[in-house]
Amino acid sequence: MSDDMKVVEDLTQSEYKWGFITDIDADEAPKGLNEDIIRFISNKKNEPEWMTEWRLKAFKHWLTMKEPKWPNVKYPDVDFQDIKYYSAPKKKPELESLDQVDPELLKTFEKLGIPMDEQKKLTGVAMDVVFDSVSVATTFKETLNEKGIIFCSISDAIKNHPELVKKYIGSVVPYTDNYYAALNSAVFSDGSFVYIPKGVRCPMELSTYFRINASETGQFERTLLIADEESYVSYLEGCTAPMRDENQLHAAVVELISMDNAEIKYSTVQNWYPGDKEGKGGIYNFVTKRGVCHTNSKISWTQVETGSAVTWKYPGCILKGDNSVGEFYSVAVTNHHQQADTGTKMIHLGKNTKSTIISKGISAGKSQNSYRGLVKIGKNADNSRNFSQCDSMLMGDRCGAHTFPYLEIENQSAQVEHEATTSKVGEDQIFYLNQRGISTEDAINLIVNGFCKEVFNELPMEFAVEAQKLLAISLEGSVG
Amino acid sequence: MIQIKNLHATVDGKKILNGINLEVNKGEVHAIMGPNGSGKSTLANVLAGHEGYEVTDGEVIFNGKDLLEMSPEDRAREGMFLAFQYPIEIPGISNSVFLKTAIDEIRKYKGEEEISAKDFLALIKEKAKILEMDNSLVSRSVNSGFSGGEKKRNEILQMLMLNPALALLDETDSGLDIDALKIVSKGVNVFRSENNGVIMVTHYQRLLDYIVPDFVHVLYKGQIIKSGDKNLALELEEKGYDWLKNGELETA
Repeated sequence: MSDDMKVVEDLTQSEYKWGFITDIDADEAPKGLNEDIIRFISNKKNEPEWMTEWRLKAFKHWLTMKEPKWPNVKYPDVDFQDIKYYSAPKKKPELESLDQVDPELLKTFEKLGIPMDEQKKLTGVAMDVVFDSVSVATTFKETLNEKGIIFCSISDAIKNHPELVKKYIGSVVPYTDNYYAALNSAVFSDGSFVYIPKGVRCPMELSTYFRINASETGQFERTLLIADEESYVSYLEGCTAPMRDENQLHAAVVELISMDNAEIKYSTVQNWYPGDKEGKGGIYNFVTKRGVCHTNSKISWTQVETGSAVTWKYPGCILKGDNSVGEFYSVAVTNHHQQADTGTKMIHLGKNTKSTIISKGISAGKSQNSYRGLVKIGKNADNSRNFSQCDSMLMGDRCGAHTFPYLEIENQSAQVEHEATTSKVGEDQIFYLNQRGISTEDAINLIVNGFCKEVFNELPMEFAVEAQKLLAISLEGSVG
Repeated sequence: MIQIKNLHATVDGKKILNGINLEVNKGEVHAIMGPNGSGKSTLANVLAGHEGYEVTDGEVIFNGKDLLEMSPEDRAREGMFLAFQYPIEIPGISNSVFLKTAIDEIRKYKGEEEISAKDFLALIKEKAKILEMDNSLVSRSVNSGFSGGEKKRNEILQMLMLNPALALLDETDSGLDIDALKIVSKGVNVFRSENNGVIMVTHYQRLLDYIVPDFVHVLYKGQIIKSGDKNLALELEEKGYDWLKNGELETA
């Protein structure tokens, strides 16, 4: 074994730094899934009848569906009857200030490095924190209220803004869409709701940190974000989960609606527990994220994915309105035994629609990293354009990188470009940096950050710094 | 400053260096010349610690320390700099971020504080001016899309910024037109001082018109077969290497 390989062996053994368990009593549903459990969840959340009915319809549909097997990932079958579908912290304080938050919870946030204090105000980030299933703290409501912006948990929105939820939930991702979307629609626990009124530019980055906590609890967030005409919002989603031996299922649905002339920027940093170096444990992350763009509007997805044992995720845009724009910027990192099958779907329906896809996959250890992307140009989408760039970087010789681009073009005036590259972190690059006094670890960080630069540039500053740190942790010393 | 004693090295089991002896003191510039395949670049890479080369015998003392025991990054931090024959491209990382990282690593090793952004910018501006490099080259990704001449100039910029004790120049003149050669030579001459040494590997006497060496050594089949002053280079230019090769055969 060469010295470099030794460095890989030593450093890729580093433990997950966010692996700790918060000891809070949970109010849980028994294991298993049936109509009673769905009623239990809906009842726990005091939901109106229409919501319960919608969940039940989704559940019935789910029963007719089969788990998708086409992704390029392998994992043991999930026993959906062996999962608890609801878990909420028992103490659910009415919060006016952070002093009222369960100190255990505050410690958790501290370990996660989530600064829940006045500094947030200075940095202009309002946060809606989802701890397991129930939203427990919300800040900066007032500033947002002044502008008429609604930013709350989806549970609160169902109660307080039923007309909006009823109109839009399932409008972009119907429960018939896919197996996990159906499951989520039946059992979703909580999530965020955002509404930006006409003509309003949201004055701060909206931010949610999700966290899976109670053992063997599936978490099923539902996020609904509506940007009304001529509005703008930048939304940040960050995720970490503590270390568990059992695999945990996570199936979220995110729906974005960008009305005429509106713009939504949705950024995700995901570092859920990837499992240990033997491939034991870790999160199964099966996510459906999609946005619809009306005339002259724009949706931009940016994601940095470093966690989860298995990732299955294709944030997409339906470019329905003329002149609408969809963007997808992604960094997906896999190490050890992680598997990722991720990419995007750009569906061009309107005229003069444009989409850009920049995907950077980094594979290390024994991991498998696949880009899977669909570009579809509908027959009425005259003069539509797509540019896709998929770059893969390999570290070591036991990992894999795969690219599966799908193109469906039904309009002759479309311009579609696809570029793909695969490279290995070169020993010559590392030696060059070593010769300038830079250690091998730092050299790899520099090379990888350079590789991902186009995506990091799209992230809000605060997230970009976090993303770089996460990358460094995920890839510590992975030389090939 | 550096003493190379009986240095032997192999690549993939093939002997390339067969007992090099060389001592370079502060304030000296040594030119290493020799025909293709004589081991010139190997010597530079072995000293820098390239892992593709295996040292099979001999020792190298650098600043009183055993060089061969050190990692490549520690050799750099101790003050050894290799100007690469083929500089490497690092896409996405700007020259200035790269250089500041390198300077700070070297400073940290010496127990010094990081260079301030202000001092760094002033320094890089001053050094880039010597090499007639415009600011865009400084902010562009390391060597990415640089022409051959720009890459070589960038190597010398890095040398001036890191200010090493010993600079190894591996065919820095190759691929340069006469104007670029003059600029690069100016950089090396600005660098030369009583506090540092230079080992420059070259094929051609031409470089030595601009950077006048104190010593010239001829490397052949992995050994220094003749040493002299700058006049030796002129003699080589006139006669080629054959007369030396024959001499070697006679003494063999």
